[in-house]
Amino acid sequence: MSGAALPATSRSPAAARAARPWWLSAPALVLFSGMVIVPLLMTAVLSFNVFDHTTGVKAGEFTLAHYSKVFTDPYYLGIFWHTFWVSGLTTLICVLVGAPEAFVLSRMGPPWRAIFLLVVLAPLLVSVVVRAFGWSMLLGREGLVNKLLALLGIGATKLLYTDAAIVIALVHVMLPFMVIPVWTALQKLDPAVTQAALSLQASQATTLRRIILPQILPGVLSGSLLVFGLSASAFAIPGLLGGRRLKMVATVVYDEYLHELNWPLGAAIAITLLAANLLVMLSYNRLVEGAYRKRMGA
Amino acid sequence: MSFLTLTDLTKAYGDVAVVDGFNLSVEQGEFVSLLGPSGCGKTTTLQMIAGFVDVTRGSIQLGGRDITHAAPNTRGLGIVFQSYALFPHMTVWANVSFGLEMRQVPRTERQERVDAALGLVGLTALAQRYPRELSGGQRQRVALARALVIEPPVLLLDEPLSNLDAKLREDMQFELRQIQRKVGTTTVMVTHDQTEALSISDRVVVMQAGHITQVDAPFVLYENPRTRFISGFVGKANLVPTGQGGALASLRPEKLRFVPAGAGQVDGEVRERFFLGSQWLYRVSTALGELVVVCPNDGTPRLDEGTRCGVAWPAEAVRPLADGAHAA
Repeated sequence: MSGAALPATSRSPAAARAARPWWLSAPALVLFSGMVIVPLLMTAVLSFNVFDHTTGVKAGEFTLAHYSKVFTDPYYLGIFWHTFWVSGLTTLICVLVGAPEAFVLSRMGPPWRAIFLLVVLAPLLVSVVVRAFGWSMLLGREGLVNKLLALLGIGATKLLYTDAAIVIALVHVMLPFMVIPVWTALQKLDPAVTQAALSLQASQATTLRRIILPQILPGVLSGSLLVFGLSASAFAIPGLLGGRRLKMVATVVYDEYLHELNWPLGAAIAITLLAANLLVMLSYNRLVEGAYRKRMGA
Repeated sequence: MSFLTLTDLTKAYGDVAVVDGFNLSVEQGEFVSLLGPSGCGKTTTLQMIAGFVDVTRGSIQLGGRDITHAAPNTRGLGIVFQSYALFPHMTVWANVSFGLEMRQVPRTERQERVDAALGLVGLTALAQRYPRELSGGQRQRVALARALVIEPPVLLLDEPLSNLDAKLREDMQFELRQIQRKVGTTTVMVTHDQTEALSISDRVVVMQAGHITQVDAPFVLYENPRTRFISGFVGKANLVPTGQGGALASLRPEKLRFVPAGAGQVDGEVRERFFLGSQWLYRVSTALGELVVVCPNDGTPRLDEGTRCGVAWPAEAVRPLADGAHAA
């Protein structure tokens, strides 16, 4: 080896260079492992712990009972189904609203684009809790929406504490997470590509459908994943707008931890949600992106 | 009546006219280049012909039809964009086929025409590739095939070769001309590269600040530049006084030759010498100012820097410039 012939002093800078990326990423690694990995592992361990209603969690004893309860009890299965159903609907509406919104945004002129981008992002600046209370005022029995419906001759409609309220509020919160990736994808489009399609006598609609849409699909895909993942684990909105009766997984986890004090069962539900979320997102990713991987060079 | 006629074509943004009173008639099958520095309005002119930029004033006639305000997707022109603008999510074949699909050409005929177009540009073997899997030159050919397959009345080329490296650009120049001759499509090309414009066009339109300054065949343009700007922009030029009230004339460097001191029109001293492969380029300081002399590298003895020499040129090589008189 030629390295053996080199003096030791020339080797240590090389070693320092090799170590440098680790030092640079150390703060992020410490933060990530401390705040995410460790609590997650602890939650995973907790989910296997035996729980007794009178004595509480038994640290040294392990069982699969909590998981079997989650997977067999129709109550929990129903809540999982409800959660994914609501999240899926929210994602769908976000795609239908957010993608055109991003498209319009990308076509706007310099002053308006910045203004409307801020409008789109504004919800992120307000606390989710405040926004949820805002929606509960709007959607309540005496709320603005019901008054408007009354003006139109439609009688009082129960909106608050229904799935409709949860979906409406979730769409409002999640829309920026759809608009931003789609907008980014649109920004990357070469305007000449659209012109090329037009010069080949494609109509505006055909250009949109066959040229623009396929190219922004990766943006729609990442937006959908963000929206779905965040919706499925949302807590404040379903907690405040779903009331006591309508449950989603995150609110059930909260109940188990703080009302039933059954931490292991709460942990098992949380871990199951994480796994189910991952499963849904990965298969969705594979389904949509697979068709475009070869073409766009993922 | 010529095939493509631009009359008083003007594009203004507010008070600023980017293209001002552009008049040009292009004959069927002709290859015309719009040549000028960046910002001269050549691309805007092309975009107006294509329909991507609204016309402020004037008109565009194509084959007797007024297309001044027609939508871009009703003009049926073939366009090759500077960035090529290929559809990244479609194969080469699908890219070329797209225009025919839009025209509802039946499947079997479409297949034949796409194959023929790909054969024309030599890309038959790459039909199933995606644009990102191609080199710059190959993408350029796909763009050309896509524009030609629809058999457009006019082919518009927007700096088609500017993204290629020097060697490839030269090859593509000749190939582009060859293909254009073969299919006989009327072509308008925008370029800032004078070599490109001179080598492949039938006529060159020189533009400066939104105006046409000269329209001529390449050889005529090179031999008789009308203004100082053109003489400097198209090829190299020495500016020499004509002796008539401070008027200037253009004198091409390759028209000059070295003679013994005292035997030519002016004496001078070789300041610098550059070897360009096929040529030698000398900078000679003389009583007329610095002259650039280009000699073919044909085995004749070369002059060293510092040599005293005479410089001679045939009298007809001195071409007076229209705007020479009010030069600095």
